[in-house]
Amino acid sequence: MKKKVLALAAAACSLAMLLGACGGSGSDNGQASGKVIINAWASEPQNPLIPGNTNETGGGRPGDLLFARLVSFSPKGDASNEVAQSITPNADATQYTIKIKDWKFTDGTPVTAESFTKAWSYTANAKNAQLTSSFFSTIKGYDALQDAKTLKGDEQLSGLKVVNDHEFTVDMSQPDATFPIKIGYLAFAPLPTSFYKDPKAFGQKPVGNGPYKFVKWEHNQEIDLVKNPAYEGNDVAKNDGVNFKIYTQDNAAYADIQAGNLDVMETVPAADTKTFQKDSSLIAYNKAGSVSQTFTIPSSLDHFKTGTEEGTLRRQAISMAIDRDTLVKKVFNGVATTAVDFTSPLTPGFSDSLKGNENLKFNAAKAKELWAKADAISKYDGQLTFSYNADGGAKPLYDAVVNQLKNNLGINAATNPMPTFQGFRDAITKRQMKGAFRTGWQPDYPSAENYLYQLYDSAAADGNGSNDGDYKNPAFDALMTKAYAAKSTDEANKTYQQAQEILLHDLPSFPLYYGNAYGVAAKGIKGFEMNWQNLPVYEEMTK
Amino acid sequence: MGKYLLRRILQMIPVVLGTTLLVYALVFALPGDPVRAMFGDKPVNEAVAAQIRAEYNLDKPFFIQYLLFLRNALTLNFGDTFAGQPVISEIARAFPVTIKLALMAFVFEALFGVVFGIISGLKKGKWYDSVILIVSLLLISVPTFVTGFVMQYFIGVKWRLLPVTAGSNPGFLDLLMPAMVLGSVSMAYIIRLTRSEVSSNIAEDYVRTARAKGMSNRSVLMRHILRNSLIPVVTYLGQDLGMLMSGAMISETIFNIHGVGFLTYQSILKGESNLVVSVVTLLTLIFVVTNLIVDMLYALLDPRIRYA
Repeated sequence: MKKKVLALAAAACSLAMLLGACGGSGSDNGQASGKVIINAWASEPQNPLIPGNTNETGGGRPGDLLFARLVSFSPKGDASNEVAQSITPNADATQYTIKIKDWKFTDGTPVTAESFTKAWSYTANAKNAQLTSSFFSTIKGYDALQDAKTLKGDEQLSGLKVVNDHEFTVDMSQPDATFPIKIGYLAFAPLPTSFYKDPKAFGQKPVGNGPYKFVKWEHNQEIDLVKNPAYEGNDVAKNDGVNFKIYTQDNAAYADIQAGNLDVMETVPAADTKTFQKDSSLIAYNKAGSVSQTFTIPSSLDHFKTGTEEGTLRRQAISMAIDRDTLVKKVFNGVATTAVDFTSPLTPGFSDSLKGNENLKFNAAKAKELWAKADAISKYDGQLTFSYNADGGAKPLYDAVVNQLKNNLGINAATNPMPTFQGFRDAITKRQMKGAFRTGWQPDYPSAENYLYQLYDSAAADGNGSNDGDYKNPAFDALMTKAYAAKSTDEANKTYQQAQEILLHDLPSFPLYYGNAYGVAAKGIKGFEMNWQNLPVYEEMTK
Repeated sequence: MGKYLLRRILQMIPVVLGTTLLVYALVFALPGDPVRAMFGDKPVNEAVAAQIRAEYNLDKPFFIQYLLFLRNALTLNFGDTFAGQPVISEIARAFPVTIKLALMAFVFEALFGVVFGIISGLKKGKWYDSVILIVSLLLISVPTFVTGFVMQYFIGVKWRLLPVTAGSNPGFLDLLMPAMVLGSVSMAYIIRLTRSEVSSNIAEDYVRTARAKGMSNRSVLMRHILRNSLIPVVTYLGQDLGMLMSGAMISETIFNIHGVGFLTYQSILKGESNLVVSVVTLLTLIFVVTNLIVDMLYALLDPRIRYA
């Protein structure tokens, strides 16, 4: 009897082994048909695939490949005309005349001036509840489209005028020299006429005009795109398609890259950041990126008010008491780069030698001296708290920052972790923060304006934008206005550098580091590079 | 029997209603505003936010929201997710995968658990009994995610024996390793449970009597020892099927399986109350039904139990 039982168990075991042994083969990498399909890591889009309703990378990855805009960006972030033939501003950058090339959507219908104007109006119209509507706020007629109760949804922006099928004009409500760059953002993509018949269906099965064509979206599993043979723009695909594979978490994807089942991912699990550059089973990439990570102390916080002598001294002292190089090395294992300004090394016009950037360099002696000077004006012995969302892996960073401040400056500092990103952002928008809080910025388009105006101009304060610390400085605002009316991008960038020097003195927020663009690709992938958005350049990859 | 069954089924109604209310309240009480969070770090356009809130009834008070959900649920309309997907189709996508995974894990743990348990229990003190005991102790004490990562690295990445992750539309082989990981802890418990039951029953008087009457070894084992030993095991297995369905999350995230666990986790993070409540209600139903089936099975295994 006993023998029988054992034999049964052994048979079951060997059956399992047998099944196991044949499991390694038979995985379909899309190679069978002789076509080169890139399998890329992705997350499930949080919204339907409508350009104007896409504001996160889940939808942004496929969206960027499906829709060609008026201008496109090179991997480094330089803009050049794509669908646009020419973009001509008037003297004070309040009106643009845009001419477009002959171009077709993948359903065969032509891209006309109206494809743009109607799409922009649709997104700006509050009735249609599109998440990126505020991007259109500098176009004339935007304010008239903000009362959802009285709107039907098809009202047009009064600032957009179609001249003919290949030409339209844009009237701005204020000068906007960055407009020709802004229109490279996904929200400014043209939409075919079929969109308006059924936006909901379109969001599940988009029709675009970009380097790739939509095939299918299996929710929570994958999004498949194939090369659009009719596309003749700046980014013609070198492969035959991209399959975005949606993963539950990055560890699983990393294991798949090691095993060669997945071709590329633009992140590395935290546990592997130490080793991924030495791992011979994959190709690693790690360079300074465009994400700027900072923390903000509200400009109206007692003893820390910007523009006052005491506040400025304290802000500079805190900034100098933080050893950013050590943070980058110890906390991030080298997948971050020490911050030296308020934009990023990938932003056009970046400089690592701005006047005042010594305020971002570690200098414990000077920091103590400045803090003592501030105490001489008005004594401060309260506790400075650092709030962050605990669901994003920021804990080691803020533990280290608080420790450095305690040790280098001898002040009473503490962390204040908040459980979720939602609750954290909520407290910020309701202005409930009574101390420092984590802030970060991923640019929507490669321009210093996108960092500076959106985060520090008075017009973006008090809940009207992303100026979460409510920093207000007329001198800074004046430079923003001057840059908007600049004749050339170079001139604008010079003005943005001057504006940054004001920020480096006032320190409305404290730049800590730039998040690196880092990722991995499977062995045998050619052309793996990452762009200014910290995303792989999918079009260039081949096997 | 029929009356008993009917009573048990009627009892499900308050259980399900209570769960939905409780879960709806819990999701409602989560800190943060899901609509604001949709804008991320970017400026919130209040007109747009109000429009989205109205669309998902989020502008109404809690109780009205709940009643609206219930009313729609009665007509099998569970609402839409923020991504514009009907909740029902999200569920229809996730459940089959998890059911497949849970059933595979269930068969794995039941088969190997009982077989190894019997081997161990019949021959206490032999070397293979010790090996089985040590392995089962190891499986119980090491957390599932450790077992998962270790197996994934060696069996998947290093030796290439089984697929590293499951991905979309997983087949039998894709789910084999996740199912083994998912079932491993329960298997260890079943081994120990079966072992102790078998070894105590073997010394019972009725076993000795049966042997004395000249009954064959096989009949003694099947009719007397096993039948009596399996009652607690069946209880455990019945409970466990529900646990496998709802507890597959760790295994699902490690092996990239887009099942119920991952769906629930994601929707809690995004504050998708309709989805969370629908999934949890369904899981509750599965729990209640498997419990009922277990109770019915008792009657088959133990003639003394009769339901009136």
